[in-house]
Amino acid sequence: MTEALTDQVVLLARRSVVRTARQPANVVFPLVFPLLLLAVNSSGLSVATQLPGFPTESYLAFALAVPFIQGALFATMNAGTDLARDIQTGFLNRLALTPMRNVALLAGQLGGVMTMGVVQTVVYLTVGLAVGVHFASGVLGVVVLLAFAVLVSVGFGALGALLALRTGSGEAVQGIFPVFFVFLFISSLALPRNLIEVDWFRTAATLNPVSYLLECVRSLIITGWDAEALALGFGVAAVIAVVAVTLSSMALRTRMTRS
Amino acid sequence: MANGHGIEADGLAREFKKGPRAVDGIDLRVAPGEIYGFLGPNGAGKSTTVHMLTTLLPPTAGTARVAGYDIVREGPQVRAAIGAALQEAALDPLLTGREHLRLQTALQGIPRSERASRGDALLERVGLSEAANRKVRGYSGGMKRRLDLALALVHSPRILFLDEPTTGLDPQSRSALWAEVGRLAKEDGVTVFLTTQYLEEADVLADRVGIIDHGKIVAEGTPTQLKAQVGRPTVEVVPADPDDRERAAEIMARFGEPCASELGVAVRLRSGEADLAEVVRALDSEGLRVEHLQLHQPSLDDVFLAKTGRSLEGAGEKDEQAGSAELAMDPT
Repeated sequence: MTEALTDQVVLLARRSVVRTARQPANVVFPLVFPLLLLAVNSSGLSVATQLPGFPTESYLAFALAVPFIQGALFATMNAGTDLARDIQTGFLNRLALTPMRNVALLAGQLGGVMTMGVVQTVVYLTVGLAVGVHFASGVLGVVVLLAFAVLVSVGFGALGALLALRTGSGEAVQGIFPVFFVFLFISSLALPRNLIEVDWFRTAATLNPVSYLLECVRSLIITGWDAEALALGFGVAAVIAVVAVTLSSMALRTRMTRS
Repeated sequence: MANGHGIEADGLAREFKKGPRAVDGIDLRVAPGEIYGFLGPNGAGKSTTVHMLTTLLPPTAGTARVAGYDIVREGPQVRAAIGAALQEAALDPLLTGREHLRLQTALQGIPRSERASRGDALLERVGLSEAANRKVRGYSGGMKRRLDLALALVHSPRILFLDEPTTGLDPQSRSALWAEVGRLAKEDGVTVFLTTQYLEEADVLADRVGIIDHGKIVAEGTPTQLKAQVGRPTVEVVPADPDDRERAAEIMARFGEPCASELGVAVRLRSGEADLAEVVRALDSEGLRVEHLQLHQPSLDDVFLAKTGRSLEGAGEKDEQAGSAELAMDPT
């Protein structure tokens, strides 16, 4: 990467972080809401640990994976909405009139989302450890979890960017957001897939890529080192990232139709 | 000191899918260092023209060269030579004025060591030094426009595009922006392509004016030349009793040929403004009660009216020409 490009990416990523930090709702809500849901679920569903084959005695440890993915979804929506606002206000046209390279805009945008992803991961992890969750994979597992958070943030952030670039409307981005939540809830969010008794739900959860993202995080927290879960989680996250980044790059090229 | 090339367009056109031909084959010649006012109502094709000339929108027909570069084949060179403040002040409400300049100087490739000083100098130039560390969402419309202008100038462009730069501004902010634009052209030799729907703006600021309507340039020249095409002043009378309108028209017809009036009766004075006193005397002697009487020196709106058969949209914002004399009278 040339010095000029690096400079552009760093500045645009910084802008993305700064504008997020200056919208308290965009910081507090993605951090607090998943933790509230974690508190409600872990107290209400704790009896699930008595099911034969449940992988841990602590439902809190089991459910702690959910905020990581849920938080990433919130950050995605906010990042997409911010980019859509740039389109609506003409800020993107201002950028298009500079020698800025398209890749810098996308990388800067994703850089901001990644930073938020890492911050969220640290917060959820800290909360988890503070309430007594044992992190089975140790310090190295934390490093792997952070790397996973970065990869998921890139994928989801690029999806948010894709929505923004295709629709050019913050309202449209927010309107599509519930679809992501459907993916989250039809997954192994509340129970391990092998303990889901309803056939169609188990099938849907098995087909749902979000299940593998959750199970990857969950394996680091409660199992330790599970090569299959890690490979599936990183593999799915990588595929989402590659597809989303490719599509959003194409959408950006179309949106920035400068000669 | 002006240098290099200005703007040249030949048969430039833009047609949108399932839409009208927004710009319909316009020819333009803007000399280096000139302020060119592109005047027209909403939807006339002004912004589409600016988007094409700034390389943001490819033309569907015709060619144009900006700063000597082809807008289709040499986009990066065009963008390096121009600055633009487009219709809406495209700013991030969450960033400060200084942060905007830091970002813009970096994206324009200004060396790191010069960015802060360049940014500060521009903030001072547009009178925003004190507000530099405030978030833009707290700026007034005028402050946003001035910041927009500063951002367009960070790389010292040779050609500046301003798309309706004073729309929605109060008179004081408008005058301040005019002064700065005038200074840019006169002292720095910057070529300015300015779109506006304000007659006064084009009249005061532009060296030459192009009037666009329905995507076509219907008149072009200096404001003086254009107004001279229309000729003599007009006088407009609004009778106090609407039923007297026909009688007023008969009296007024003695002084010149009728012309369009939205409120009453108007004629183009045969002998110029010297006839005004005779008009007043005639109305008085006929006992016609008048609610409103106004003398109009030829304005760019008259030019627009003469060329298109209608007045510029936004009649409420119609400029009051400097030479207009207005008096309300009641002969009773």
